[in-house]
This record gives sequence, C-alpha cells and structure tokens, in this order.
Amino acid sequence: MYDAWKILLGLIIFLAFATFPFYSNMGKAVAKPDPKLDTPVIQQMKVKQCVESKEFMRAEHMQLLNNWRDAALRRGERLYKGSDGRITEISFQNQCLRCHSNKKKFCDECHSYADVKPYCWDCHIAPKEAKNEH
Amino acid sequence: MAKPTKPTKPPKPEELVKIDYNPPEKPWMEVPVEFKPGTFCYGTRPKYLEEVGFPNPREWSPLDEDWKLPADWKDTVLDGLGERLKKNRAFHLFMDICVRCGACADKCHFFIGSGDPKNMPVLRAELMRSVYRKYFSTGGKLFGSLAGARELTFDVFKEWWYYFYQCTECRRCSVFCPYGIDTAEITMMARELFNLLGCNTDWIAGPVANCYRKGNHLGLEPHTITSNIEFMLDDIEEITGIKIEPTFNRKGAEILFVTPSGDLFGDPGTYTCMGYLMLFHELGLDYTWSTYASEGGNFGFFTSMEMAKRLNYKIYAEAKRLGVKWILGGECGHMWRVVHQYMDTWNGPADFLEEPVSPITGTKFENAKTTKMVHIAEFTADLIKHGKLKLDPSRNDHLKVTYHDSCNTSRGMGILEEPRYIINNSCNHFHEMPEDTIREKTFCCGSGTGLNAGENMELRMRGGLPRANAVKHVRDKHGVNMLANICAIDRATLSALMQYWVPDVEVSGIHELLGNALVMKGEKERETDLRLEPLPGKEEEDV
Amino acid sequence: MGALLSFFVVIVLVLLALAGVKGAGLYVLFGTIIPYAAFATFILGVILRVIKWSRSPVPFHIPTTCGQEKSLPWIKYSKLESPAGTMGVIGRMALEVLLFRSLFRNLKSEQRDDGAKLVYGSNKWLWLGGIAFHWSMLIVIIRHLRFFTHPVPFFVNIIDSLDGFLQIGAPHLMITGVVLLLAVTYLFLRRAFIPQVRYISLPADYLPLFLIMGIATSGILMRYFLKVDIIHVKELTLGLATLNPKIPAGIGVIFYIHLFLISTLFAYFPFSKLMHMGGVFLSPTRNLANNSRMKRHVNPWNYPVKVHTYEEYEDQFREKMKDAGIPVEKE
Repeated sequence: MYDAWKILLGLIIFLAFATFPFYSNMGKAVAKPDPKLDTPVIQQMKVKQCVESKEFMRAEHMQLLNNWRDAALRRGERLYKGSDGRITEISFQNQCLRCHSNKKKFCDECHSYADVKPYCWDCHIAPKEAKNEH
Repeated sequence: MAKPTKPTKPPKPEELVKIDYNPPEKPWMEVPVEFKPGTFCYGTRPKYLEEVGFPNPREWSPLDEDWKLPADWKDTVLDGLGERLKKNRAFHLFMDICVRCGACADKCHFFIGSGDPKNMPVLRAELMRSVYRKYFSTGGKLFGSLAGARELTFDVFKEWWYYFYQCTECRRCSVFCPYGIDTAEITMMARELFNLLGCNTDWIAGPVANCYRKGNHLGLEPHTITSNIEFMLDDIEEITGIKIEPTFNRKGAEILFVTPSGDLFGDPGTYTCMGYLMLFHELGLDYTWSTYASEGGNFGFFTSMEMAKRLNYKIYAEAKRLGVKWILGGECGHMWRVVHQYMDTWNGPADFLEEPVSPITGTKFENAKTTKMVHIAEFTADLIKHGKLKLDPSRNDHLKVTYHDSCNTSRGMGILEEPRYIINNSCNHFHEMPEDTIREKTFCCGSGTGLNAGENMELRMRGGLPRANAVKHVRDKHGVNMLANICAIDRATLSALMQYWVPDVEVSGIHELLGNALVMKGEKERETDLRLEPLPGKEEEDV
Repeated sequence: MGALLSFFVVIVLVLLALAGVKGAGLYVLFGTIIPYAAFATFILGVILRVIKWSRSPVPFHIPTTCGQEKSLPWIKYSKLESPAGTMGVIGRMALEVLLFRSLFRNLKSEQRDDGAKLVYGSNKWLWLGGIAFHWSMLIVIIRHLRFFTHPVPFFVNIIDSLDGFLQIGAPHLMITGVVLLLAVTYLFLRRAFIPQVRYISLPADYLPLFLIMGIATSGILMRYFLKVDIIHVKELTLGLATLNPKIPAGIGVIFYIHLFLISTLFAYFPFSKLMHMGGVFLSPTRNLANNSRMKRHVNPWNYPVKVHTYEEYEDQFREKMKDAGIPVEKE
C-alpha cells in the first residue's frame, strides 16, 4: 500500500498553497505607487513642507494621526509642536486635507498598494476632488 | 554464562508506590543502562531458536559482559534498521516527525509505575531515533550529539534491549500523540533487530518454538488438548448434569473455533473455556476444535512480523484443510490485534471460506467479510440481542464485576460495547472503572507482549499499577470482586497483579460469566458456579 | 544547554543580518538571494522528504482505534474515532489536523495519598498553547500575503480586518501577532520548566521556538515601534513574488533581520521535526479506516515464509492423535 495518488494530490495542494503569490501575480506588472503632491494648495506653497520631515511622515504618519486624534478629541489639545519647533494646529480636516485634498491620488495610492484600510473616513468626509482627478 | 538471577520477589506494595518522577541530573545519553533484578526477562535458550531456524543460538544472559554477538553485529543492526525504514512507512515516519511535546510521557503504565524517564514513550523512541539520526539523517551525520544523534555501541544495544522489553506495545501513547506516533511500531522493529542476533527472551522464544512445532504456546500435544478438555467436560457435567461431546479436527464442520491455548490450561482461563463449550453445546453449533491450529495468540508477533506470519499461517491452513465455512475466535487480546489487522494481509485472501453468517440468528457479520473470522463477543452479543439465549444473571449475584478493556482489542480493533453487553446480560452488578482508565484509554495489565515471565515480576507489578489502582478504586467504592476481561494474557497475569495490589479481586473471562448465567436445556438445578463454588442462596445446603 | 545553544544560534543569525546589511551593505544577498534560496530549499525539501516517506509502503493496516468498531448493526459505532470508511477517515484527519483532537485528550496523571491513589485530570494547556500557536501562525502567514500579491485577495482583507478588529493604535494591533508570541513563549517555558519535558528536549526543539520568537518579535517591532516604510517593503516583497526582484533604498535593517530569520526557518524546515506538518497526514495510525476485516489490505512485499505444515504435524503426532481418537489424514 503506497497510496501514491493521494500523496501526489497532497503535494499538489501543498504546492498550490505555497506558491500562491507566484502564480497569482503571474504576468502582472505592478506600478509602484506614486502619491501626487500637485494639489493647488501645495503648488502655491513657497516652502513645500509638511508638519514633519518626508521620511518621518512616510513611516510614522499613521501614528501621528492617531496621536492627533487622541489629543484633539479626547484631551482637547489643539496644538502640535513639530520636531523643528514649529507649532501647528491639530486638525485633520483643516490641516492635512487642506494641502492633501487629493485623497485618491495621495492617500489611496499607497494604502491600496499596501492594502491598508485606515478608518479615517469612518468619521471624516473625504475632500471633494477636481473632476480631472477622477 | 552468568547464571540467571533467581526470581527476586518484588518489594512490598507500600515500598513500590514510592516513585520518584524527577529525571536525573545527567542527560539521558550519559546515563548507562542498569539491569535491575526483577525488571527484565532471561535471554533465550539456544534450542528455541534452533527449532525455528533463527540465527545465533547460544547460551547467554543479559547480565553477561559478553552477549556472544557475531563480530559484525553492528552492521546487522544498522542494515536491519535501514531495511525496515524502507519497508515500513509508519516506522520511517515515526523516526522523523516527533516534536517531543511530551504528551505521551505520563500515558505509559511503565513510566507511571517506575518513574524511569526512559519509560516515557518519547524517550523510549529517542533511544532508537538517536541512532537513526546518526546513520540515516544529514543533520545527525553533520552535527552529531548537537542534533540528538549518537553512535550505536554495545551499551546502546543493551539499553535498547532493556527498554524495548519494557514496552508492551499497548498503544496507549499513540492515542494521545498528536501525530499518532505508536511506540508499538518502534518496539516491534527493535525486537526484530534483536532477533537478527539471537537476542529474544526465553519467555517469548519458548512459546514461539512450541507454537511452531506443536501448534500452541504451551506446547500441549494433541492428546493433552483433548484430555484437558475432558477435565472441563467432567466439571460441566458435575455442575449442570449435561454431557458435552465436542469434536476435534473434524472435516466438514461449519465453523472452526480457535482460542488462545491459555484457555485450555490453568485457571481462570479454563473457566472461560467451559463457558464456550456450554454455549456451543446449547446452540447445537456445528463446529470443531483443531489441535494443529490450537493457538489463537501469537508470540511470534512479539518476535518479528515474519515469525508471526509463520505461526498465524496455521489458522487459514487448517480452515482450508477441514473445509469449514468460517472461523470463530475466542477471547484474546493480541490474537485479535493480529487477526483484525494482520492475518488477511499475511496469509489471505481467504477466498476458500464463506462470508460469516450466524447459523442461529442468520446475522451476516459484514465487518468480517474478507477475513472471515468473527470475535466470539460479536457472535454472543448477537445471540443475546436476538433472544436466543436464556440467561439467569442472578446466578452471578455473588459477583460485583468490573471490566478491563485489553490494549489490543480496544486500541487495535475497537471492540468495546459487545463485551459490556454480554456482561450486563449475564450479571446484575456491573461497575465501570474511572473513564480515563477504560475503553481507548485503558491501561495495560503490565505483562503483555511476552513480558509475563516470573523473573520479571517487579516490572510487571510496576507496569500494572495504574490498572490495579483503578480496580482498587471500584473495589473500595462498589465492593467489586471480579475483574472481567477478554484476553488470555490478562487472565493469566491480572490474577498475579490483583494478588499483589488488590488481593480480594478475582479475574475471569466474560464467557465464564455467561456460562454461569446460561440456562441450558435439560440442566439440573445448579448448586455451584463454574469454579465449583456455591451459588448465592445455595451456601447452606452445600455445607 | 540545548536552549542556550539554540538561543545563541538565533542571536548569531540576527547579528549576521545586521552586519551583512548595515555593515557590508549586502542588500541583494539578504533581500533577494537568500530568500529565494530558502524558499526553493523549503519547497524542494518538503517534496523530497514526503516522496522519501512515500517510497516506504504501509505494509500493515494499523489504525489506532479510539472508539467502538463498526460491527453489529445495532451497536453504535464511533465514526470519527474508529472510522470504517473514507468519509470517517477524512473527518478524523480533519479533527486531528485542524483541532488537534488527540492532544485535546491530554491527561495528567498524579499520585495522591502517598501513592495510594493515582488520579487523572484533564490537562488542556498544551492543547491550548499548541492550537493558539498554530492557528495564529497560519493567520499571520495569510495576512502576509498582502505583501506578495496585488491586488490583495479578498480573503486576506477579511482576515486582516477581523484580526485588527480591536482597532487599537495605528497601525491597528493584530491580535494574532501577540497571540503567536505569547503562545510560542508558553511552549518555550513549558519546555524549560517541566522537568520531564526539559529532560527530553534537544537543541532542535528549542531552535524553532527561538527562531519563531525572533521572527514574531522583529515583526512586532517593525510594525509598531521601529517602523519601516511599508511601501518600499512591499516593492521588495512583490518584486520577489513577481520574479522581478528589486531592492528599494531606505528600508530599515529590522526588516532584513525579520526576512533573514524567516529564510532560515524555511530552509531549516524540511530537515527538522517541523516536517510533522506533512507527516501528520501520512500517519498510518490515523489515516486508515478501521475496516481491515472488511477489506483486505495488501502488503507489497509480502513473501512466502517457512511454515510447519499440517502434514509435518501429523507425522509428528499421528500415533498420539489416533490414541486420543482424533481423526488423521493418513492411517
């Protein structure tokens, strides 16, 4: 008794699971995300600078936003002191979205690439975007 | 040869229960094996090996410095190991996949009774796995002891011998193992390797040689079998007034009956045998005994698969010669492991037989349709269910019965309900032992797989401790005084175990209880049970 | 001893990745070559090992029966513990593989009253630790598919949102990550502190535990504390999956440590006890139906053996048989 065909079937199932990423992506060219900073507000800025450095924002923005939410809504603190000493008003709607009014081309670009579904938009309304960005 | 030590008496029960479960400081590979008197069997005499053509017959003792192994013994062991890895997937797999989670550790009756860490199933298996890794795995070859590998030395071989004759192949560990690793499989392979070098025990090799030449383990010759049964028939006549005339080696009978030879010789097995004889007579069953296939049990199974097959061969061969339709098997443990899981594979197909049908009830035994051998508990339970037997359970009212599931019938077959059904119809007082000690979780008698030698008494009492302790529990709680079972080795060994641990409990087969309760046509009023002890209510008249 | 050695090995692995990436800048080695080599070793190794097992036949039909056999029609038989057919075996195996049925039976035996009494108590800790570990491991692996697929399949999304449903912090805390680390720590502690289990433990038992601890710890550090640029990470991982490997600049070294430990685990897998993953499916005591008297099991290497025939037996005992009135073939 060898049960060879059963073992073979088992190995095929194993292979199907283990190599799923390879064949499910086969032949797909995935463009790397390219978040756009070309909103009218940003374009008009002389110094194009967020509340923190670009590198910091790339890795830590979710943490920062979470802290802002806690500070503003739970403790009533409305001011944020950046690492370079600048003081900013804590407001997602009035600060972040004022510049980054292009949710689709900015937020979603990376979030959908990394399959992240932040719950910002459970409460906040996404800014209206210009038609050409649809 | 060093003279075998005289059988030493085991220490007193109060002493024996003082068990230290803490493992030693030293890693196990550095703890040398110590042959403690009373915990191992004698090495086999050469004549037994010669009779079956096994290698390296010589006088030897496990206590000898020199076991008189051939010079190339190591190659023999390693080649044998390699061959068995290739021939047996279970063995190969069980060498590889253990994660040493330890779930099996306190499931082994020998560990519970001795505290010796090498009696934990996982470590018993590691004794062999360590050698497997050294010679058969890349990691072990490269990293040696860091990978848990070690050389095969004579000391290692001796250690194997000691501990693989401290496993009864009961399979309790395999019930709890998350991968079903069965130490029995590993023990079987180890014992095959010992037999390549003539290192069987005397107590196993003797019955094997007897069985091969004379047809049964006890070496009963044909005329002794008939005269032993005569004695039982006399007792039955005395008890019931009925004269029974069974037949032997009769051609053309419908059924061949095969039972372990233990039932033909010595109490309390003979009482069980009387139960069979009475039942078959009452039914008018067209059956025959055989003196050639006069052994259901198979000590070859504790030697090697090949030897087991050589002994088992006789059952089908005799069924064919006598021209019976099917085979009925008596109460036995490892016999049923062999019949249920091995016989058809070794010596089948039994296409010269018919699918078994009960001539009394017409029931087709669908579950035995290719092997064509029916367990007597299945046969009798079916009779009772169909109302074919008149039973008076009050004749067993002097007995408070509990039931011991045998390792092999519970974990290697799964016959759990039929015996209970028979007991419940034959007795009024039945009490189960705690649930973690019965059915698939049952504990071994401590003496299976041929470890039931007198010189091995301390080990047997240790290994039987969990079983005995559960019996003690129901004795104290319900006044149990009879330990019923369906295994000939149990009937032989549990008596000694009970004497040691729970002295007022006796041992019986279930067909003894049935024989007591069976109301036979034309019988006289019974005064005694099958043991010739007065029945309840008959004590005064008897005095 | 075994524990220390294994711990040391894992520390060395961490330092190797640290030195290799941060010191020597061997990004391609640690980001592409080693992961590919490890994965190939894993796949090939597992297949070869299973094939090696499969070349040994199952000569005998040896299921461990854990319940009533199928016998008489009026006796209820145990379909899952002593299955008589294929469906039952599938059920039994599913219970074993998915729910660790056998481990769930676990008991602890203990002597009471100076040894006069042996008692057995249910002991499910090992089962709980084992099942928590394996299931969280599986979920963590499935969650990681989001780094290797695009678009990410729906089931990964569902698992992701279920796993993070507590919505603690940002990024959301994943329950399985924490459970995995706790469970593997428990498995380590029981190995280190239960005397019998410590006694049987080999370095090979500690190594996977420490490796997985290292993997989980580095993963948790990366997600919640040290933070790496997840977009660059995904560029790397998706590059691996699309066979178009690239090394984006600026990924923190913690990622390479994480990846190197995983690679080690994958490469080690086929040579280790971790192969119980495949082995459990092949275990003849579990995957065979208890039907050996109904259906003949064939042993491919069954061979004729020397037997003692009836004729030899009768020749030996003919006179005695005749005297005892037993019929003989030759008078």
